[in-house]
Amino acid sequence: MWNYIKISVLGLVTLLAAIAANYARDVPYMVHMIIVMLVAAGLFLWTVRQTEEPAGPAPIGYMDDVIRAGVAATAFWGVIGFLAGTFIAAQLAWPALNFEWAQGYANFGRLRPLHTSAVIFAFGGNALICTSFYIVQRTCAARLWGGNLAWFVFWGYQLFIVLAATGYLLGATQSKEYAEPEWYVDLWLTVVWVAYLLVFLGTLIKRKEPHIYVANWFFLAFIVTVAMLHIVNNLSVPVSIFGSRSVQLFAGVQDAMTQWWYGHNAVGFFLTAGFLGMMYYFVPKQAERPVFSYKLSIIHFWALIFLYIWAGPHHLHYTALPDWASTLGMVFSIILWMPSWGGMINGLMTLSGAWDKIRTDPIIRMMVVSIGFYGMSTFEGPMMSIRAVNSLSHYTDWTIGHVHSGALGWNGMITFGALYFLTPRLWNRSGLYSLSLVSWHFWLATIGIVLYAASMWVTGIMEGLMWREVDAQGFLVNSFADTVAAKFPMYVVRMLGGVLFVAGGIIMCYNLWMTATRGPAKEQATPVMAPAE
Amino acid sequence: MSKKDNNQPVDPDTTGHSWDGIEEFNNPLPKWWLWTFYATIVWGIGYTIAYPAWPLIQEATPGLLKYSTRGEVVEEIAAVEAANEDLNVQLASADLTTLPENAELHRYAVNGGRSLFAANCSQCHGSGAAGFIGYPNLLDDDWLWGGDIDTIAYTINHGIRNDQSPDSHWSEMPAFGEILEPEEIQTVVSYVQSISGQEHDADLAAAGEEIFLDQCSACHLETGMGETSLGAPNLTDAIWLYGGDPEALTETITYSRFGVMPAWGLRLSEAEVNALAAYVHQLGGGQ
Repeated sequence: MWNYIKISVLGLVTLLAAIAANYARDVPYMVHMIIVMLVAAGLFLWTVRQTEEPAGPAPIGYMDDVIRAGVAATAFWGVIGFLAGTFIAAQLAWPALNFEWAQGYANFGRLRPLHTSAVIFAFGGNALICTSFYIVQRTCAARLWGGNLAWFVFWGYQLFIVLAATGYLLGATQSKEYAEPEWYVDLWLTVVWVAYLLVFLGTLIKRKEPHIYVANWFFLAFIVTVAMLHIVNNLSVPVSIFGSRSVQLFAGVQDAMTQWWYGHNAVGFFLTAGFLGMMYYFVPKQAERPVFSYKLSIIHFWALIFLYIWAGPHHLHYTALPDWASTLGMVFSIILWMPSWGGMINGLMTLSGAWDKIRTDPIIRMMVVSIGFYGMSTFEGPMMSIRAVNSLSHYTDWTIGHVHSGALGWNGMITFGALYFLTPRLWNRSGLYSLSLVSWHFWLATIGIVLYAASMWVTGIMEGLMWREVDAQGFLVNSFADTVAAKFPMYVVRMLGGVLFVAGGIIMCYNLWMTATRGPAKEQATPVMAPAE
Repeated sequence: MSKKDNNQPVDPDTTGHSWDGIEEFNNPLPKWWLWTFYATIVWGIGYTIAYPAWPLIQEATPGLLKYSTRGEVVEEIAAVEAANEDLNVQLASADLTTLPENAELHRYAVNGGRSLFAANCSQCHGSGAAGFIGYPNLLDDDWLWGGDIDTIAYTINHGIRNDQSPDSHWSEMPAFGEILEPEEIQTVVSYVQSISGQEHDADLAAAGEEIFLDQCSACHLETGMGETSLGAPNLTDAIWLYGGDPEALTETITYSRFGVMPAWGLRLSEAEVNALAAYVHQLGGGQ
């Protein structure tokens, strides 16, 4: 019965997408509707073939096949995102790489959102979805709720990524940073996200453990808040049901404030809270040590959740935003410093008693560096939110360096650690294919991040000082083009840092592939699902 | 373990929970962490009392310091303007031709002009004023509309071929693609190459001379030396605004060119326009 409903819905979607593609008012919309049509038609045929087949035995144990797919997607999108980033870094150093034949598709303006979305949403998002599915099952001792709904979340999210990425290249954008996809892609993501929330909540509700583990608090805060941010920041009215353009509900400074409320909390809940959830599981597991302080985890969780949501206005210092809002954004950002560091303390102190593992275990080393970069960026962030510091740093490459020390250092390294942890377990291997390749990855990535962050600090502070430099009579000393020319050497160093980071990512993919396909096999069967106590 | 080993650190108690083998110690909050957290909260309360912060029904609390970001920049600009006021008044009404005689004012004008140039003019003319294709080099002594300091000031004030200022320089070269055949245009190209001392086809150039005298000499003069009152460039020097190779010349003659410069007098003060004129004039080519 369920299959017949699915077949009818998929058939209807195929038909509607074909009609929409026919009446499309612009190219990106047409391409997207053709993609939707093909996907729906393929699923239609697949479902027809499955129907009336004898059902297999009901699955038991943890649902790990969707997590294996998530691990593969995370590694794949990671390398794509790093490559795009390295290429646009080269475009900034050598503008001739904005090829004339690729104008309108592969110039910096089109590729930059492709890079940011590929890294944050494709790499980071897949990492969060697959690790949260893994962690929530283990820490609840329960199979994922909702049966194939988890697969819907996985494939629905991949479709969102493809629609977003092709949209950027073809010019469909609502021009809001980190929220570029147009209205129909936003609606689709909302559907997928609600399904994600249901799977996660459903699993929590049917847990066999008496308490909910701290990692799951963070994941739940991340899922709920991102849903709220996504919906409010993307409120818009489509120009036509058959076109990709839309008009934002908010205008002017209200729009800017909504955008940065969203943008800052995308950092706060997607890249901080969600990844803290990862840290709270993988660090104690890999170190085989208890979490340092339960009390600290409660206090810093609630303080972080409460304070982060107010910090957005610090992106709009010295703009049309009223001074009072800018002051509050700055004050909340600074009070946020210690709650952010609570996570760092809990992560690092969990290793006390196991510090020797840094020498022998490159995965622990990655996690330590990750937490180190987390601590550094969550100190740098509040500092940059101070109005006087911001008057120097804003609009300069310092911001870019700050974001990347967080993204490459914290998000990247903790994800790499998680992937190295998960792959042998998910593919039933007794260990990784090669630990020395993990060491190579560790050093390439770490040196890459240091080159990236250091060059951006230097060039950011330099350009900030050059922009504001005035002579004794109050005249500006530099033209804008002078500052651009002065940044060239640092742009080259930044690109080299990117090359090292990509190289590490490719080595990781090779290592994970070899582990999954021909790593040393594990002797006993997977452990049965049972509450620990 | 019968005897307590004092050399080994003893693990604190755990909370008794365990998830997938993960336990939690019952450690207290680190003191330094807690007190730093409290300190930032106390600082935050103090800061929001001192600065504009809390939104009320009609407006926000202004803060005890009465600070505003706009007020701050207004003060900074006012301080600079007050310091330069005498010089600006003198410069606004100065006779530009005798400006270099007043060393202090001239130095001020050139310095201010350099800064204004970097902010307003360098986007087209380059930060070194060497120009670009379609944007004249201001370092040489080849002037389209005249290179004495008063004319430079006039050009800056009113601009070129814009609809902002009724007094902007104006001239329009016809698009000869609508008047001449393509073969005829090629002869004119060869003739222009010949008078500018480039390699050329002598037969074509000879045929082009007649057309040049007929069609072009009204503005570019029979000698091809150009006429600054019309902004008609000198074609005999090796200086080209849009390029002197056959492709660029063919394009120029066929479709014409229409370079535009804004009327900066609408945006800048008189003193600023004069400062820019003084700066551009002393770059090397001023007449």
